Amino acid sequence: MTATVIDSVTMFRRDLKHALRYPVMTVSGIGTAVLFLLLFVGVFGNALGADFLPAGAGRYIDYVAPGVILMAAGTGTAATAIKINQDMLEGFIARLRTMSIARMSVLTGQVIGSLVRTLISGVLVVLVAVALGFRPSATPVEYVAAFGVFAMLTFALTWMAVAFGLATKTVAGANSLTLILQFLPLISSAFLPTDSMPAGVAWFAEHQPYTPIIETLRGLLMGSGIGTSVWWAIGWCVVLAAVGFFWSRALYNRPRGA
Amino acid sequence: MSAIEVSGLRKAYGKHTVLDGIDLRVAEGTVYSLLGPNGAGKTTTVEILTTLQAPDAGTVTVAGHDLATDPEGVRRSIGVTGQFSAVDNMLTGTENLQLMADLLHLGRRAGRERVAELLERFDLVDAAGRTAVTYSGGMRRRLDLAMTLVGRPRIIFLDEPTTGLDPRSRHTMWRSVRELVAAGTTIFLTTQYLDEADQLADRIAVLNGGLLVAEGTPAELKRLVPGGHVRLQFSDPARLDHAARRFADGTRDDDALTLDVPGDGGVTTLRTLLDRLAHERVEPDGLSVHTPDLDDVFLALTAKAPAAYTKDGVR
Repeated sequence: MTATVIDSVTMFRRDLKHALRYPVMTVSGIGTAVLFLLLFVGVFGNALGADFLPAGAGRYIDYVAPGVILMAAGTGTAATAIKINQDMLEGFIARLRTMSIARMSVLTGQVIGSLVRTLISGVLVVLVAVALGFRPSATPVEYVAAFGVFAMLTFALTWMAVAFGLATKTVAGANSLTLILQFLPLISSAFLPTDSMPAGVAWFAEHQPYTPIIETLRGLLMGSGIGTSVWWAIGWCVVLAAVGFFWSRALYNRPRGA
Repeated sequence: MSAIEVSGLRKAYGKHTVLDGIDLRVAEGTVYSLLGPNGAGKTTTVEILTTLQAPDAGTVTVAGHDLATDPEGVRRSIGVTGQFSAVDNMLTGTENLQLMADLLHLGRRAGRERVAELLERFDLVDAAGRTAVTYSGGMRRRLDLAMTLVGRPRIIFLDEPTTGLDPRSRHTMWRSVRELVAAGTTIFLTTQYLDEADQLADRIAVLNGGLLVAEGTPAELKRLVPGGHVRLQFSDPARLDHAARRFADGTRDDDALTLDVPGDGGVTTLRTLLDRLAHERVEPDGLSVHTPDLDDVFLALTAKAPAAYTKDGVR
């Protein structure tokens, strides 16, 4: 067990060095979320806020910011999947697998690294949102809880991204798979309430993982109430993390060439 | 004691059999070279022996550890340098080596000393602070091998270590291998360069069609193919006809207009041949001496169909 921790920390330090030396990957993850924020607040904001939000729901930026913040968790997965995939293709993972080191530490080190990078991205997106006029009404406890929700989603998505990186044979393939995680929020309650959507789309939006997580975060930050969303949010994150973890573990231990 | 013992090793992917019952034994402190054409199963063999793949059947012991029951023991005893340099491009030379030292739990001080020692030994001191992405092919291979050596493995697997290297880098790599063997390390080497096996290996095994078709010292393998020949080159078929009638023991090639006359290429046999050429009024345009080398052995042993054999060897 201690070996797993020591080796995971070693691999995390490696990831940290990468991030500091080549910050472009980290920045591009933030960029997508910020771009969406500018697009929806600056370009569509007035029209959407006036037409679709229920009366008295407040300003559109306060509605949309929580969803966009969570998008940062999704866009961060691209870098994770690409990095794992490169390590596979370049034979680096094969080298580590022939060494007597704690097996999963290679992956857990990467997950910790991705978690740290994505959490920083999330904070930066929040700051941009505040600069654009986002005014959360959360108490300190609610802020901590909101941070927990973001971290929980990031953890779950990162394990999925690790599995994507191991499952694909090219960097482009790894990147493409993460697009699902990155853009799934578009068909959720992130930008518009689901009851403003056509019936089929609304059904999907209400039942996909992002919506309860977004509702929970919005409830915590804006005081709009979280209801049962929080349980769905936790459930989805546990399921995604478990699927990602066990899938990754199976792929990692899979013989080469099979 | 043997460093590596393999018996009845089999591996198939679906219906495609890659290894069809391999037996081999590598003595400690020697270089054992696995030769074979592309797709013969060399890399598969290395991947099985280094715990990356599980065999379908057979027993493997590496450094006294049974591969099936004690893969961790195997991993503790080996170092692997694969076909493509598995270095971290985004880290510097020092950081790559330090990463290995950390993962092997060498300890802060011992790790640093080992890293410095290896940078020195592999002539990477000047490049130590640069990221590996800026390294030349030869430097990457040196760094790769240095990373393999951080934990002082007793057995090292080198899978085509000089493929794609320029001659100078290749010779540097060879020197490193010789130094390792001199220090008592066992080397399992796959290569597609026969001169490399000839230069380095104590024993060579030739892998073809999933089977070891020959095994022995380089000298023993060379004895497997018939002796050398002297090749006479002609400029027109009539002269070749004339020569072929006079030298009934020769093998003619009508396309290339050559006649291969058996002979070991020694001075005495060459003088005799020249006298005979003059006496028979055979005047070739050119003459070249061919001594048997591993190329002949390799081509003879890995030829697909027996029809490719001639009494003079193989062409």
